[in-house]
Amino acid sequence: MTFGQIALWGLVVGFVMSMVIITGFAYTTLLERKVLARMQARVGPNRAGYIPLPGRGGQEKKLLAGFLQPAADAVKLFFKEDPTPGKADKVVYNIAPMLAVIPAILILAVIPWAGKIPGLVPEQYSYFAIVPGLNVAVLFVLAVTSISVYGVVLAGWASNSKYAVLGGIRASAQMISYELAMSLSVLVPVMIANSMDLGVIVEAQRGGWIVFLQPVAAVIFCIAALAELQRAPFDLLEAEQELSAGFNVEYAGMRFGMFFMAEYMKMVSLSAIAATLFFGGYRGPFVDQVPVLGFVYLFVKIFIGLFLMIWIRATFPRLRYDQLMLFGWKRLLPISVINFMIVAVFIVLAQEGVFAPITRLFGF
Amino acid sequence: MFGMIAELAKGMGITLKHFFQPPVTTQYPEVKRPVRNRFKGRHELKRYDNGLERCIGCSLCAAACPADAIFVEAAENTDDERYSPGERFARVYEINMLRCIFCGYCEDACPTQAIVLEHNYELSFYDRQSAIYTKDMLIVDVPVNGRPTPQVVEPGVFTKAIPMMENPE
Repeated sequence: MTFGQIALWGLVVGFVMSMVIITGFAYTTLLERKVLARMQARVGPNRAGYIPLPGRGGQEKKLLAGFLQPAADAVKLFFKEDPTPGKADKVVYNIAPMLAVIPAILILAVIPWAGKIPGLVPEQYSYFAIVPGLNVAVLFVLAVTSISVYGVVLAGWASNSKYAVLGGIRASAQMISYELAMSLSVLVPVMIANSMDLGVIVEAQRGGWIVFLQPVAAVIFCIAALAELQRAPFDLLEAEQELSAGFNVEYAGMRFGMFFMAEYMKMVSLSAIAATLFFGGYRGPFVDQVPVLGFVYLFVKIFIGLFLMIWIRATFPRLRYDQLMLFGWKRLLPISVINFMIVAVFIVLAQEGVFAPITRLFGF
Repeated sequence: MFGMIAELAKGMGITLKHFFQPPVTTQYPEVKRPVRNRFKGRHELKRYDNGLERCIGCSLCAAACPADAIFVEAAENTDDERYSPGERFARVYEINMLRCIFCGYCEDACPTQAIVLEHNYELSFYDRQSAIYTKDMLIVDVPVNGRPTPQVVEPGVFTKAIPMMENPE
């Protein structure tokens, strides 16, 4: 394929995948509300839309009650009044929600969704992604997740509100603190696969997932990702009791919806990154014979990640701010540095052949 | 360290246990929980079995009402146009539901057991005017064997100012 054809292919795939992901985001909100409700012995949204089924005794059973709730929410958000505070910085106030959403979508560009599907993937690439074969994909993910803090901080600043600016400052401090631990734990799969290309990292897990090799790095990544997402128990920047709503307190309508969208899309994308780095990505049984199964496996892994995040939110109370900082700097960062050094040393020793007698002993 | 992780896992286990238990929610507009027998809801003005109204317009309920929510205006019964077995009947009977505190004192004060606090608790309105419940809204339907009021009766049957507690006939 020529360069132009690949660019066109990327555009089409990017558009389709973005639409899929935006729909997925809408249903992530419904999933969260439903699961959270069930964990709190409630029903959750069940009014907007259902599939009627004939049940016993003439009463119709309602299947999937509430499945149109995301559509109802979207309509509501679009038709709400969207005021701008009088003393707000108008330009930055309008840009901030976009700055929050765009990085959340961008992360998904590099995720390998499936293996090599003939006819769907250009022949020079070995896996299906919107931007396949990006040799600095991990770096790209880290960079883009860091950019997304700008949306939050600028929203807080431009609102010209004390609650908002406090929320924004908390967000920046928290993201900077946890990014170090996250980057160091991300480097472990990079070292093991010897590549920053996410497709190569997935293929390196052909024998077994990296989480079995490096559970410490996986756990640190999951904790740091939760903090990066600013979700419970690390949702200090929107601590209702202290900051009313944090950085988005002055926003309404769809601009508020965009912050919401950013949070849930980042949930999806960080679940996908965690699945790709530690849990085998699109790999699963029979994926080599039927490459389309890759979509299913990755979807299942993302779903499990989302469920875990909601489950954690339903269970744990919010951390205090000093506990958050202490945990980030004094626990997570040293553990991930030590873990990183141990992995580096072991890889060098393995390359030098130190473990050769042991592996020979076990008959590898 | 491991104790802490065990505690975290325990917490997660509790939320997961509740995830698989059915929710306790009652789907209110479709499913209504029955109220207790002695529940004090909206008032009803009762009738005798023959259809005559129990209320004789004595205003004792209005006098007993601590919130001053009841307004009664009485008028004379005649044998050609008989509403209640007593001397008088309630021409106007209004309860302001914004004032009513559902204490039931009106029920206790009533000499003929005409006003009873029943089990309807769905009292909501859009403006203050519709909070005033008139006699038409409060009075119960005519019983099966009764005739609607005003009734034409033979003279000399209903002679007492305050009728008997039970059916006068």
